[in-house]
Formats: sequence, structure tokens, C-alpha cells
Amino acid sequence: MTTLNRRSLMKAVGAAATLSLVGTAARAEDKVKIGFIFLGPIGDYGWTWAHNKGREAIDAALGDKVETLYVENVAEDASAIPVIRDLAQQGCKLIFTCSYGYMDQTLEVAKEFPDVKFEHCTGFKRADNVATYNSKFHEGRAVLGTIAGKMSKSGTLGYLGSYKVPEVVLGVNAFTLAAQKQNPAATVKLVLIDSWFDPPKEAAATDTLVNLGCDIVTTHTDSPGPLQILEQKGLYGFGQGADMSAFAPTAHLTAIEDIWGPYYVQRAQAIVDGTWTSTDTWDGMKEGTVVMAPYNAAVPADVVALADAVQAGYKDGSYDIFTGPIFDQDGVEKVKAGEIMTLEQLATIDWFVKGVESAS
Amino acid sequence: MSPEFAIASIVTIIGLTTPILLAGLGELITEKSGVLNLGVEGMMLMGAICGFAATAATFNPWLGVIGAAAGGALSSMLFAVLVLQLNSNQVATGLALSIFGTGLSSLIGQSFTGRIVPQFGSIFPDILAKDPIWKLLFGYSPLVYFALIMVPLTAWFLKSTRAGLILRAVGENDHSAHSIGYSVIGVRYAAIAFGGALAGIGGAYFSMVITPMWAEKMTAGRGWIALALVVFAGWRTGRLLVGAYFFGFLMWLELFAKANGFGDSLPILQEIPSQFWAAMPYVMTIVALTLISSRGNVGASAPACLGKPFLPST
Repeated sequence: MTTLNRRSLMKAVGAAATLSLVGTAARAEDKVKIGFIFLGPIGDYGWTWAHNKGREAIDAALGDKVETLYVENVAEDASAIPVIRDLAQQGCKLIFTCSYGYMDQTLEVAKEFPDVKFEHCTGFKRADNVATYNSKFHEGRAVLGTIAGKMSKSGTLGYLGSYKVPEVVLGVNAFTLAAQKQNPAATVKLVLIDSWFDPPKEAAATDTLVNLGCDIVTTHTDSPGPLQILEQKGLYGFGQGADMSAFAPTAHLTAIEDIWGPYYVQRAQAIVDGTWTSTDTWDGMKEGTVVMAPYNAAVPADVVALADAVQAGYKDGSYDIFTGPIFDQDGVEKVKAGEIMTLEQLATIDWFVKGVESAS
Repeated sequence: MSPEFAIASIVTIIGLTTPILLAGLGELITEKSGVLNLGVEGMMLMGAICGFAATAATFNPWLGVIGAAAGGALSSMLFAVLVLQLNSNQVATGLALSIFGTGLSSLIGQSFTGRIVPQFGSIFPDILAKDPIWKLLFGYSPLVYFALIMVPLTAWFLKSTRAGLILRAVGENDHSAHSIGYSVIGVRYAAIAFGGALAGIGGAYFSMVITPMWAEKMTAGRGWIALALVVFAGWRTGRLLVGAYFFGFLMWLELFAKANGFGDSLPILQEIPSQFWAAMPYVMTIVALTLISSRGNVGASAPACLGKPFLPST
């Protein structure tokens, strides 16, 4: 709170007279600026595309009060720091950093700008002005695993992932456990390609998984490339982040759609209202953050029923794929029978379940 | 390892190799004329989007390939004017072309995002192209055969034709070539355009054959590998072919090692971190460079005028 007295008023008038340029800038700032750091190109039709849909939801809902800015193709290394800092210096009051790999960079810039609020996606480190938010993609992976476990003829499933980060590990584990509920002998071959977006490498990795006997491959990288390979080979897969059926009408059984809009609008509103606090939000199917795309006609009715049961179970809280007993790759019991893994455990998971075949 | 698996893996390796082989061949010709064009990545992306756009517009993949070649060649002309006419620094201009091509292809590609075209696959009947054995010979896009034919053609051109000799003369000693009446600038324009066209077709291999779609930056750094490949090959076509397949094999080996899981053959591969594989093409290039320089001139050294602007005294 500033109290107005004559001296401060005179100062303000003097400042306004000398700094007329700042005055124009201030008028442009009547709208609250909200920034986004995007991992890939918006045109990836996957992860970043979905986040951008969320950004557009803010524009649609609060366009008269806020202005959104974004930067695409920001690498998950130290070079992200100046990009985040730049958004803060441009006057953003709220900055979403939309990938796990921006964790420490977000915290570092947040220290320099205590008045700017930050939201880090899929991370677990928070501060007074840094909130985290995540989506329970693994609930969708459980649906995919159910379908794959039931529909696979070979019992060998492929999982194409990016990096060994909790989000991907959770996805692999949920997919594997759900597949094993349908086919206890199901195994998952895992390839982590060390990139979120590299269509040629994603394609070659899908090729390799298929050559090794996988007849259904799910992707945890961001391009539709793998689905096109599966389409060419007459096999099945799933979309990642968005409905990718346009790229592979036959191969695309369903997709996990990330719906960020409602959360983004809610947080933007909180900035406008001045009610923003640092929180940890982890929504899923129940809240409508994770949505399954329409099933392909190739999914038989009994499999649709199984998949729908998983979705219904997540929505009413009666189903959790991370219910014990769960064994790791070496056969060690990690979760006892009847126990359910806590959110804390899920957020920092770094081990794969039994049945996952991988280099790590 | 069953023969079917071996054949399927060879098909994968050929898919990984063809784009860098095409782009590498083009760059080899450009460098043989004494011009270092670091814009391969940008030209590949321009080829990828122009090939995709031409295919989407005409539904004819052959016109798509022509579009890709034109896209790559036209973008290389921008570079050519700057370095040949205005004598700008080739390294800086080439890097600028890479950045420019990335940006321009994204801009052009905006209206093509989310669309697909029919795959430019094998033109042989399915009974051969999809057969688990015969696909080894017949299961490829025409671009694969094109790349394989271009290798001996390029070698023959450089070694046995008059035009190839002039090209090499321009690259080895531009002033001598100029003094006996050859157009150094003209030859270099042609070499740059050829390099651009092949890089463009290499880029189109991604957007028309592997994954028939357009995505920004979809070449994901293959242009830089093609550049390394030319150096690795010591500017020789035969070694370029071997090197391209060696690089392709390394890329495949990484994925195979990861996907193959525990307990299978070659468990040692599991212990190698993936960053090692990603760095391999560049490491091998450095090794090759070291070997070349330590053994002196064994006919595998860079063209003498590589990267130097041509400034005639008269």
C-alpha cells in the first residue's frame, strides 16, 4: 500500500513527464500478460499442440483482460533460462513452462522475479511463486494397456518413449500393468529415444519394435510419425496428446487427449483476481484433464467395454492401476498387495514394473 | 536372428540411410567445386515442405520430388548469390541458410500441418514389395533406387567426364581454372544448385516416404549428419556410400539395443548410454579426419579451395 502525499505525488508527476515512453508501455500493460514456454513446435499435433489449445482457451475466455505470449521450440537445457527470463522482462505476470525439463530453470528465474508467478508442468519442485501442475496421463495409459493387452496377438507390446522421467515411467508402468491384467504373459519392449520430437527416429524405432515382434506400439513422443508407420504395416497404435486419427485412420485405436484449457483459464483468472497461490495440481479423468479420443471401429465391443470400465473406474475413484502387488523388473515387490501408491510416490517414480524389457 | 528379422532390419537401415546419402552426395559435389555450404539442414527442410506441398497439390509423388528438388535448389541459390556474387563468408552464410530454411519451411508448412499425402512407397506389386523376403529388393520407394544409382553416376561424373574434371579443377585451383577460360562462378552456381536439389530430395524422403506428413523441423538434425558424412568420406563417393550405411547402421543399432531388452543377444549393448550412439557419427568423423591428416595426402583431402571466396585478379 502506498500512501499519497504531496511529495510522492510530485515525484510521480515528474517521472511521468520525463518517461512518457514508459507511459505508453504501461497502457499496453493494462491487459495482464501471460507467457508460455513450449517444448516443441505448435504444429507437432501432440504435446505442444494440446498446450497451445489451452493457451487459446485463455484467449477465448479472458481475451479482454489478458494477453498471451508464447515461445516455441525451447530446449530443455540451460538455454531455457534466458527465454523464460525474457518473458518475465516483457511483463508477464504468469508464466507456464510446459515440460518436465524446465524444472530447475523455472525455479532459477522465479528467484529473480518474486512478483511473477510461474507454473511448471509435470514437475515436483515448488516455491512461493512457483506452482506445479500435472495431468494423470497414466490413467489414459491404463486404458491403452487394457486395449493393447486384449487385442495383441503376439503378447509383445511396444512402447516408444522419450526420456526416463516420472511421466514416462508412470506411462510405461500403467500400460504394462493394465495389459497384464488382460494377458498375464504380456511383455512390453521399451525404447527411449532421447527426444520428444524426432519423426525419423520415432519412425525407425517403431520399425525396430515391430521387427522384434510387437504388434501394437504406443507412443510417448510427440509426433504422429509412429502411427503412420503402423498404418503402413497394418498394425495398431494410439495417439499421444491429441486425436491423431487423421494421420492413421486405421491404425489409430484411440488417443490420450490432454485438455489443459480449464486449468489454464482458472489460473489466469486467479492472476486477474489476485488470488493466485502456489499449488500442486494433479488432475485426471475425473476432472476432465485426460480424455480418450473416440475408439476406432477396429476395437471389438468387449474390448470397448473393458476400456470404458477403466475410464468409469477412474472417474468414480474405484479403479487405480497402481494397486499392489506390484513387482519391479527384478521381481522385487515394490507395492504390497492391497496398497495403492501415493501421489508422492508416483511423482518421483524411477523404476519399471515386471514385464518391461528395456535398456534401463 | 531369423532371415525375416535381418531383412526387416536392413529395410529399416536403408530408410535411415537414404536421406543422408542423398544430401551427402549433393554436398560432396558442392564441396568438390570449392564451396562449403553448411545450409544442408535448411535445404532439406525446404525440400521436405516443397515436396509435401507439391504432392498434396497434384497427388503425383513424381511432381512432389520435382518440387522438392526445386525447393532445395532455389533456397541454395540464395546462398549462391551471397557467397559467389557478394563474396560473403561461406560458413556464416551457410549457417544462415540453415536457420532461414528452418523458418521459411515452418512458415510455408503452416497450412499443411495436420494433412497427409499417400506414401511414396514401392512401385512394385505388393506380392513383391510386401513379401518378407523379396522386399529386400523390391520394398523401397523409388527414391532409394535413385540414391543408389546416383552414387556410381556421381563417381563416374567426377572421375571420367570432362565436366567433372572442370568441377574438380575449379575446386582445387580456381585461379588456374579461371586463367584457362572456365567460368569458376558458373560452375559453382551449378554445383550449389545440384547440392540443393539433392538435399531437397533427401528432405522429401522424410515428408513423403518415411512419415508422409509435414511437421516443423522434421529432419531433426539429419542435415548436420550429412555434412559430417562428407568429411568422414574424405570427399570420395565410394566412401560416402559406405559411410552413409555405417551411420545408418549405428542409428539402427542404438534403437535395436534399446528395444531388444534383457537376455537377448549382445547384452553388452545394453550398458552403453544412448548419448554415446547419438554422438557416434560425429566421433567417427573426427576419427576419420585425424586419420586423413595423419597419413598425409592420400587422395582423400579437402578440395584446396574449399570455403575460400574466388576473387579474380583481372
